[in-house]
Amino acid sequence: MHRTTRIVAVLALTTSVLAGCGGSSGGSRATKPTSSLSPSADKLAGTVNVFAAASLQEAFKALGKQFQAAHPRTKLVFNFGPSSGLATQISQGAPADVFASASAKNMDSVVKARAATDATPFVKNVLEIAVPPANPGRITALDDLARSGVKVAVCQAQVPCGAVAAKVFRNAKITVRPATQEVDVKAVLAKVKLGEVDAGLVYVTDVLGAGAKVTGIPIPADVNASTSYPIATLTKAPNKAVAQAFTDYVLSAEGSAVLTAAGFQKP
Amino acid sequence: MRRRVGPDQQAVPWPLGVPAAVAVLFLLVPLLGLVVRAPWRGLHRIVVESQVVDALRLSLLCASAATLISLVLGVPLAWVLARARLRGIGLLRALVTLPLVLPPVVGGVALLLAFGRVGLVGQYLHGWFGITLPFTTPGVIVAETFVAMPFLVVTVEGAFRAADRGYEEAAATLGASRMTVFRRVTLPLIGPSLVAGSVLCWARALGEFGATITFAGNFPGRTQTVPIAVYLALEQDPEAAIALSLVLLAVSVAVLVGLRDRWFSVGGAP
Repeated sequence: MHRTTRIVAVLALTTSVLAGCGGSSGGSRATKPTSSLSPSADKLAGTVNVFAAASLQEAFKALGKQFQAAHPRTKLVFNFGPSSGLATQISQGAPADVFASASAKNMDSVVKARAATDATPFVKNVLEIAVPPANPGRITALDDLARSGVKVAVCQAQVPCGAVAAKVFRNAKITVRPATQEVDVKAVLAKVKLGEVDAGLVYVTDVLGAGAKVTGIPIPADVNASTSYPIATLTKAPNKAVAQAFTDYVLSAEGSAVLTAAGFQKP
Repeated sequence: MRRRVGPDQQAVPWPLGVPAAVAVLFLLVPLLGLVVRAPWRGLHRIVVESQVVDALRLSLLCASAATLISLVLGVPLAWVLARARLRGIGLLRALVTLPLVLPPVVGGVALLLAFGRVGLVGQYLHGWFGITLPFTTPGVIVAETFVAMPFLVVTVEGAFRAADRGYEEAAATLGASRMTVFRRVTLPLIGPSLVAGSVLCWARALGEFGATITFAGNFPGRTQTVPIAVYLALEQDPEAAIALSLVLLAVSVAVLVGLRDRWFSVGGAP
């Protein structure tokens, strides 16, 4: 009796796992025939993989929705993560069509690996302090982060938000001993949302996107630092037409409006 | 599984032999890749660099502490699971061994919600004693213990079940108290399994990644263990990642060599 139920459960689990595995690769493989077989007014069709900095998550999802509404036969698959990690994946041959990095440095490494030829800066972003709504560390200004006993989360140094944070601390001439160096800016934001740290250094756009779950404390403009976001269609993009169309859309006035609404600045 | 051992071992039929060979290649080629691509010449420089040494020291310390805690708490738990006549012991066993099959990242999230600063238990630890576990070295130990202890428990529990009760009964008849029987008879009886379970637990703790980075974060020298250092180094300095991986590979090989008598004896009987 028990054995049969157990076998059924194992089988169900296996099939669901297998289905999960197949789903992601099947999507990209299905692209080629559609574009060549059925030409119509809108020639754009197929799946493109967009690798984008974690901080672009909300804005790019909104842009993707609008793009897919305008081109119903396209499908955008996003891979959000630390720019440095994404750049490594692309240089190692990950099947990406578009790369949007949160700093020129990580884009440069992709260009150096000959995975992209030219990149266009499309937005700028600055940092802000995010604290839990209850503000347990009673943070009111940047200097408070240097107080002992205040738990601060920052990005690790190799991702853009970590590099910018270090610059801000240098500008303000303060020494902050972070409790943790997280993988990317969304991981920092998560630790703030959970209330596990007193403050996190994130982008202005992250505070805006998090709504009431965190409170933002602005950093004075004279010590704040910014990072520029470049975007590029990759040279080995499996679906170059759609990839280029999406890149163009991000750079268009319409795209720029969505990004500005999310808190990004003009480049 | 019944298996005949002895002079009448058969030749391998090809429908079994070919997939078996593929499996062997699949399991060994990645390790070969690690060894072939290793920056042997610069290895010394990379390993001597402080961050690698820090991560290794932290990993060894935390894995050993996690094993110690697992022994102190896990051996009694294994005994209860094997011997106690309680209702619902089967359910209890399933629940406490859940971390064996739970994705470690899920374990990390669960730990945050329980022992985090605003967690179920953590808020009192923080409020009453001023103790916060996330982002601290004890936090790493907690995460590793959570993931690794079940490995010790299931190994030792099996040994408690298999141990010959006759010796314990004899000791009890001769007037030994129950604790004396446990200490002087039962524990020595299960000695080999205790060692195997500890090594398994230690190795699992040493390789822990998901729960640790989720619960304890990442800070060099405080919570950055070798697996986390490998993962992060791959983005910036792949050679350092390979070097660190080799260090863990060497440790793993050492563990296997240590356990060879238990696991590689023909027929699989301990």
